Amino acid sequence: MSLLFYLIAALTVVGGLAAILLKNTVHCALALTVAFAGLAVMFLELDAQFAGFAQILVYIGAVAILVVFAILLTRNAETPKDGVYSRNWFAGLVIAAGVFAVLGWAVVHSTRVLPHETAMPAVTVLDIGNALMGRYVLPLEIVALLLTAALIGAVIVAMHEKEGAK
Amino acid sequence: MSENADQIFVLLRHWIVGFLPAGLQEIAGVVLSVIAIIAIFPTLFALAVWMERKGLARMQNRIGPNRAGPFGLLQPIADGIKSLTKEDIVPLRADAVVHFLAPVLLVVVVFMGIAVLPIGRNMTLVHMDSGLLFFFAMGASTELSVFMAGWSSRNKYSLLGAMRGVAQMISYEVPLLMSSVAVVMITGSLSLEKIVEVQNQYTWGLPHWYIFTPWGLAAFVMYATAATAETNRSPFDLPEGESELVAGYFTEYSGFKFALFFLGEYVGMLSISGLGTTLFLGGWSAPFAFLGWVPSWFWFFSKVLMSIAVFIWIRGTLPRLRQDQLMNFAWKFVLPFTLLDLFVAALWRFMSDGWARWVVCSAILLAVYALMGGVGMSRKHFGLRKYRYAE
Repeated sequence: MSLLFYLIAALTVVGGLAAILLKNTVHCALALTVAFAGLAVMFLELDAQFAGFAQILVYIGAVAILVVFAILLTRNAETPKDGVYSRNWFAGLVIAAGVFAVLGWAVVHSTRVLPHETAMPAVTVLDIGNALMGRYVLPLEIVALLLTAALIGAVIVAMHEKEGAK
Repeated sequence: MSENADQIFVLLRHWIVGFLPAGLQEIAGVVLSVIAIIAIFPTLFALAVWMERKGLARMQNRIGPNRAGPFGLLQPIADGIKSLTKEDIVPLRADAVVHFLAPVLLVVVVFMGIAVLPIGRNMTLVHMDSGLLFFFAMGASTELSVFMAGWSSRNKYSLLGAMRGVAQMISYEVPLLMSSVAVVMITGSLSLEKIVEVQNQYTWGLPHWYIFTPWGLAAFVMYATAATAETNRSPFDLPEGESELVAGYFTEYSGFKFALFFLGEYVGMLSISGLGTTLFLGGWSAPFAFLGWVPSWFWFFSKVLMSIAVFIWIRGTLPRLRQDQLMNFAWKFVLPFTLLDLFVAALWRFMSDGWARWVVCSAILLAVYALMGGVGMSRKHFGLRKYRYAE
């Protein structure tokens, strides 16, 4: 693990922690954006260029904007008076630790399950395109269907609001 | 001789770097290129500001700046000195950290976008296999800076301007990407150097630039429209319209931070014109085969400056679009047309070389354009206005 990895990891973790611990909600959203940027740099350090740039384009360019719009339009930019931490935080901590333990075990033991993976494969955008259109075309179409359904649903919800108000 | 003139900057960098020990050479080369970009693009920004003020003035039947230096050429320097010496006012209840970071983020992100543009033969700062994707990723980050500026000023008008600006930039981001996907499809690579190299061929002395193909012309027009909207230029400059929202999202900025916003906006215009010339106008390739002796960087910069002149021309001529007209235009016309253009580009690729594909592709594009225009005009009711009130 090189120094660069530790720096990027520190940036991401600090961004994530700030996203939870800051008082101002929009500051939290901006700290979340820093965490996204840290993840993107992590992808780039692992030589996954497409994943890194797609992370910036999608997460910072679209998801972060969506989050701040949601904060602005719901009039809850100030911290609520009775705090944000829920009463059963201990159960949440146990569940989160459990999920993290399962994921960590799976990642660490993956070297034993897939012993043939030696060097890092050089994946170009061409390979990603070929895989998407060849081997993974069914998941691609299902995701497209899901996105279309979400879009139509959003339009219907907004339209009904207008007609209901009249 | 002409090859030396073409590669003069590369040779210069090689010569300077040769004085240093071998370990430092690579990083010194990169630092030199960065210094060159930071020196050249603000100079082009000053030139663009001067061109804008003189050009707009002439179009509005007045003269423009002519006091500071001959023909007002030193006016940008006077503007720079003015912004540096003005007092930096931050509102009392404004969010100081975010208020400070917004223009910084804009300038950083815009300059990073320039790093992948091929300014001449072998003259790209960073060679990336997915250079185009990097450029668009940087463009997407400018929206965040606009929002930060508007929200941190604690000013209703700034916030309104910022939200309108972000909505506009998100809406036009999709047609911008779609029109360049057509170019990527035909070239077969996301690398900007490869895209320029493919366009650097000549048939009967005429170049293979993508703008000279039917799908390329349509894609270029859509790209230019989306680029004008992305950089908040007139006729899409409602978020910063002077008569509507004071100055929109940078109302509360004065002094050097305002100058940074200004710099970020104009350098953003320069970089998106740079990408447009790379994708459609052939980048650094010469217009005719016999003009190949002129250095490649000369062609790149002249194409970029011509694009800036067209931006200024459109600003001086067309009236501003209202916000809902702007959004309607994006989602109901530009986006479907870019999707159709993708289809036509695929058709172009699969039909064999000859006059048939020119006729078929042009016919499809013109027919759909006329149809959509006809449908759009028929829905317009030029009569008594119907009002819709916000609920």
